[in-house]
Amino acid sequence: MTGEKIIESMLPMHDRSNGLGGGFAGYGIYPEYKDFYAFHVFYNDNSARAECEKLLGESFEIVKAENIPTRKIPEITDIPLIWRYFAAPRDSVLSRLQLDEKELVVRFVMHVNSKIDGAYVFSSGKNMGTFKAVGFPEDVGRFYRLDEYEAYLWTAHGRYPTNTPGWWGGAHPFSLLDFSVVHNGEISSYDANRRHIEMFGYKCTLRTDTEVIAYIADYLLRRCGLTLEEVASVIAAPFWSTIEKKEPKEAERLSYLRKVFPSLLVTGPFSIVLGFDGGMMALNDRLKLRPMVVAEAGDRVYVASEEAAIRAVEPDAENVYAPMGGEPVIVRVKEGAY
Amino acid sequence: MTINAKNLDFTALNEELRSAGPICRIEGCLGQRFIAAGMKDKSIEIYGVPGNALGAYLGGGGIVVYGNAQDAVGDTMNAGLIVIHGHAGDAAGYAMRGGEIYIKGNAGYRAGIHMKEYREKKPVMVIGGRASSFLGEYQAGGIIIVLGLHDDGKPVVGNFPCTGMHGGKMVLRGEALGVDFPSHTKQRRATDADMSEITPYIERFCGLFGYDTAGLLGDTYTVVTPDSNNPYKQMYVEN
Repeated sequence: MTGEKIIESMLPMHDRSNGLGGGFAGYGIYPEYKDFYAFHVFYNDNSARAECEKLLGESFEIVKAENIPTRKIPEITDIPLIWRYFAAPRDSVLSRLQLDEKELVVRFVMHVNSKIDGAYVFSSGKNMGTFKAVGFPEDVGRFYRLDEYEAYLWTAHGRYPTNTPGWWGGAHPFSLLDFSVVHNGEISSYDANRRHIEMFGYKCTLRTDTEVIAYIADYLLRRCGLTLEEVASVIAAPFWSTIEKKEPKEAERLSYLRKVFPSLLVTGPFSIVLGFDGGMMALNDRLKLRPMVVAEAGDRVYVASEEAAIRAVEPDAENVYAPMGGEPVIVRVKEGAY
Repeated sequence: MTINAKNLDFTALNEELRSAGPICRIEGCLGQRFIAAGMKDKSIEIYGVPGNALGAYLGGGGIVVYGNAQDAVGDTMNAGLIVIHGHAGDAAGYAMRGGEIYIKGNAGYRAGIHMKEYREKKPVMVIGGRASSFLGEYQAGGIIIVLGLHDDGKPVVGNFPCTGMHGGKMVLRGEALGVDFPSHTKQRRATDADMSEITPYIERFCGLFGYDTAGLLGDTYTVVTPDSNNPYKQMYVEN
C-alpha cells in the first residue's frame, strides 16, 4: 500500500487534530536497505548535524546519508534539517562494548536525544520509518511524499496537544528500533512510568507523554522477552476485582504481571497502535476512555479511533467491532509478505 | 430533500440541514460531527457513518441511521427520537435529558452515562443487542432497556454496570445471571407495573426493527434501581 491510502483515511479525521502535529510510520518501505538501521534525524542546524554524524560514524558504518525527500507546500513551515542515514553497527564496537546491535542503537538514540543540543533521532528501525512534523496529518503526508513509499503496514496520527508543546519531535508516532506508537489520549501515570523506565537507560526527552509507551514496549518486548499479550496485561492490567473472577491459572498470570511490573501500568485514557516488525497491536486502556474500531476488508485489517476513517478508504469493510478495554488486537502480516 | 455529505464539513452539513425542509436525507455521510445538533423540527435519514455526538442537544424531530453510529449519540438530547439500524459507539445517550434512542445492535462502553430526568422529561434508551462495560454509569434518571438479542455469545452487559447509579431504572431482558451489580443497587424481577411501563418502548423497538412483540414481552426481565438505603459514596474507581 502506498502512503496515499492512509492519508486519505485521515481526511475525515481532520477535526480531531489542530495542526500542531501529524505523523506516519510505514513498515517495509526500505526493501533495498532492509539490513541497515534507518535513522531519521531532525537537526536545528548544521553544527548539531556534524556532532551527531561524528558520533554515528564512530559506532556505525554509514552506507547512505541524505536529506529525506520532501515536497514544498505552504502548510508546513519552520522546517528543521531532516536527514536519513542507513547504517550498520561496527563489529569492533559491538565486541568492545559487548553489546548486541539493538542495544547499541538504543544507546545511540538516547545519547543523541539527551546530549546533543538540537538533534533528535525520531526513527531508528530496520526497513521502516517514521515521518512527522508540525501540521495536519494530510499535509504532513504530502510534505514527506508518502505516496512514493510502499508499506505492508501504515500507522498515522493527528495531534491535538492539550498540555505539552506542539513541536516536530512531539508529533506521533514515537519510535525506537522497529517499535512505533500512535496514541489517542493522555497518560495519567506518565511520571511514574518515566521514572521507572529511566532506570533502564531510556531517556524521555521529547516533552510529551506518549514517548514513554514506545520505551516501555521496547523494554518489555525486547529486553524482558514478554509476548505482546503479556505487554497488554502489564500496561492495561485489569482491576484486581476483575482478576479475582478469572480462572485460577489466568488470574495467577495476570496477578504475576501486575506484581512484577506495577510501575509500568499505564493509567488514564489511551487507545494506541503499536507497530513492530511484521505487524501491529492495538490496545485500549482498561477503562476504555478512548474509542477504537477494528474492521477487515479482504486480507487487510484496519484500526482507527472512528469507523469513518476506515470507511473513507474501505466503504465495504466488514467485521466492524470495538475491542474491550485492555483487550489487545494483534495483527501479523502473513509469512513472507514483507 | 437529499443532501450529499461528501466533502462537506460538519458546519456546512448542518447549515444545509437547517436551510432544508422538514424532511431530509443525508447520503455519503462520513464522520461529520454534531449532525442536527440542537435542531427540533427535522425528520432526517442518514446513509453512511455519522460522526460523534449525532443529535447532540436534539430538541425534537427524528433521526434514523441506516448503519452504525459512532460515539456519544444523543449527547444531552432533550426530546425527539434517534434510531440506529446498526451498532452505536461509546457513551450513547450521554447525559440524555429527554427523548428516546433505539439501537438495533450493540452499544459500546458507558451507554446512558449520566442520563437524568425531571418531571415529565424522562429519557429512554433501548439497546437491542448487548451493552459493554459501565452501562448506566452515574445514571440519575430515565430508563435504559437492554434486550440482549445479540448472537455473539458475549454477556448482555460488560463489567461494572450501574457504577455510581443514583436514580432512574435499568431493565435487562432475562435474569441477568452472572452480571455483577454494585452493592448500591437493587435488582428485582420485573413486576406488572414495571412491564406496563416498558411495554410501549418494547413495542416501538419491535415496530422499528421488525421483532416479534409478543415473544419479547413474554420473557422475564430484571429491573435494577439504586438502593436508597445504601447510596453510592465512592469518589473514584478502585484500582
